[in-house]
Amino acid sequence: MTSNRGEDRPRRNYLRPLDFRHGRIDMNHGGGGRVSTQLIDELFVPAFDNDWLNCGNDAAVLDLHLPEGHRLAMATDAHVISPLEFPGGDIGSLAVHGTINDVVMLGAAPCHLSASFIIEEGFALADLKRIVTSMAAASRQAAVPIVAGDTKVVERGKGDGLFISTTGIGVVPAGRRISGSGARPGDAILLSGTIGDHGVAIMATRESLTFDTTVESDSAALHTLVAELLDALPEGAVRTLRDPTRGGLASTLNEIARQSGIGMQLDETAIPIKTQVAAACELLGLDPLYVANEGKCVIICAADQADRAIAILQAHTLGREAARIGTVTDDPHGFVQMKTGFGGARIVDWMAGEPLPRIC
Amino acid sequence: MKFIDEFRDGTLAARIAARLAAEVETGRDYRFMEFCGGHTHAIARYGITDLLPTQVRMIHGPGCPVCVLPIGRIDQAIRLALTRDVMLCTYGDVMRVPASDGLSLQRAKGRGADIRMVYSAADALELARLHPERDVVFLAIGFETTTPPTALVVRQASLEGLGNFSVLCNHVLTPSAIAHILHSPDADLAGEQTASIDGFIGPAHVSIVIGYAPYEAFAHDYRKPVVIAGFEPLDVMQSILMLVRQVNQGRFEVENEFTRAVSRHGNQAAQAIIDEVLERRATFEWRGLGDVPHSALQIREPYAAFDAEKKYALDFSSVADHRQCDCGAILRGVKQPTDCRLFATVCTPENPMGSCMVSSEGACAAHYSYGRFRDIPVVSTPEPASTPATATTPAQTA
Repeated sequence: MTSNRGEDRPRRNYLRPLDFRHGRIDMNHGGGGRVSTQLIDELFVPAFDNDWLNCGNDAAVLDLHLPEGHRLAMATDAHVISPLEFPGGDIGSLAVHGTINDVVMLGAAPCHLSASFIIEEGFALADLKRIVTSMAAASRQAAVPIVAGDTKVVERGKGDGLFISTTGIGVVPAGRRISGSGARPGDAILLSGTIGDHGVAIMATRESLTFDTTVESDSAALHTLVAELLDALPEGAVRTLRDPTRGGLASTLNEIARQSGIGMQLDETAIPIKTQVAAACELLGLDPLYVANEGKCVIICAADQADRAIAILQAHTLGREAARIGTVTDDPHGFVQMKTGFGGARIVDWMAGEPLPRIC
Repeated sequence: MKFIDEFRDGTLAARIAARLAAEVETGRDYRFMEFCGGHTHAIARYGITDLLPTQVRMIHGPGCPVCVLPIGRIDQAIRLALTRDVMLCTYGDVMRVPASDGLSLQRAKGRGADIRMVYSAADALELARLHPERDVVFLAIGFETTTPPTALVVRQASLEGLGNFSVLCNHVLTPSAIAHILHSPDADLAGEQTASIDGFIGPAHVSIVIGYAPYEAFAHDYRKPVVIAGFEPLDVMQSILMLVRQVNQGRFEVENEFTRAVSRHGNQAAQAIIDEVLERRATFEWRGLGDVPHSALQIREPYAAFDAEKKYALDFSSVADHRQCDCGAILRGVKQPTDCRLFATVCTPENPMGSCMVSSEGACAAHYSYGRFRDIPVVSTPEPASTPATATTPAQTA
């Protein structure tokens, strides 16, 4: 894909460069004046480093020569995570991965991102630089450039350090129809890996819980994993893709059940989970089915392709522990049911409110 | 997970289930109350009901700490946080309990009240140390399980002279509640007021603190078997088998299934600190049970400076539940969640009307979240559709 890659952004000389060691964001950095431009010139443009940003225009012009029948998918995601940095990632890399994954879940190949930053007055420039650098690395690694952006500063006390919103677009090939409404009775329900890693990494950081081994967030861009899967299976075999982020696996499966007008039958023992994550959930009184993931994917596919799909997923580094966790049913009530490892049956319901720890 | 997975073993569960099926006597029903919400949750979460013979019915008791907290007590905490500018700290599952005027602690937080969720009483004490300029109040709730830490922080605050720390003490006592269920004034008169119960699954964590001796008197007096059980599903299965055997043999003893944690006299160091700092209230209102004499604790006079009720001169006024809410009858074991007209219609975990719908330990929330598929006909798993998809798929949605 090409752009009207223009002339280099004119180099500006500032009397004093930004102090990335001790400096802090002040209201001027979002004011639109020289100080704002300096922040863009000295931080964002060199970090993200691409021709669209280097042009210095208000918008990126994208020459997307889409073949007949190809379409664009677009998604947007706001990131407000606390803490901003956590084992396995930070708000910057998460903002890249989260939006890429949203686009990918429609079977699209992600091609461009935009990002907007809402920064709280007083935020350390050193922290901002570290996060922006991580974000740029995530974007480069995924080969999806950040081609447009915006920065605003809010008064101290009116933000939680840093919020990042990203928007992404991707190309859906002709004839591809992947949707939350595509699941049909008899289909296989697959999961690309272990559940709860991201949420537990965050909670362990917040609550200062320590384990023998650190639980790391699974934050990752899933486009290569999904591309390999979709390339290998017959078009149409994959009905639904969705990343079980907030609300966890349980909420994602309920979303799909509602959209597709179907029910589900899960097998608890088939759902992959790391021992540390299970243990942390025990300690905190949480059900890992409701804990967030940032690098996992639910795949609903034709049952006769399930074994092949699992083999393809497991061959990829992000899908090593992929498993078939259940089957789509024709339940008119849309219940997601599960056979427990204990031998009973239960519903896996929507999450109600925030997950709160139990006291007993 | 070591020491946990062993107690969730499906093969062992099937073996106990087979024994239960063999030992229940035909033509008789077994009605057992699990007192604790922890057991209610385990029964629903692991689908234990599916493994029990049809003659065995589990009745959910009032042992869910947030479920029995009356509206008036939550109102007190909310008023304190909204009007007295205190930093109110409490456990996570109290946050969503519905109170008066459509408020809850969580909603009060949205209106500007400084309400913090803590994992332990010690965290609340630490907040008081970190914020000497703020008045910090710990809303203490729960049965004997969570009582010793509360007593400990009151004594610690006193030792440190932390004048900005106080406790709103709502701790309640398990044995009083069980005795009340068996001997409420209307129990003898009308069968519908309290459920007829053949035996109790006794508390797990509570009994670690108080031991199992406190249950011996009423097991004997009321001729009801009690089996103290852990919160893991195999504990529950095993304790049901033990109860069935007691009933079959006409015994009414206190037996201890949870031997890995519970002793006859419990944790005496914990009991001593409770006794030093806290004393019994003359009476306390329980949601669902009404006023129960000597069923709750308050802070003793020497520690009055750390008693938020005294420090802020708080009045308690009783607030009635929603007229159609059956939480009271459900907590007494007289009704089931599905008997309530509000259940799953206007009362859901997202918008709880009654307290039994708030915590996953509540009978209504447990049934709604884990078991409501049992209320409707079962459907089949169909033959799989083949590849590739032939039907047209509706427009994609993000």
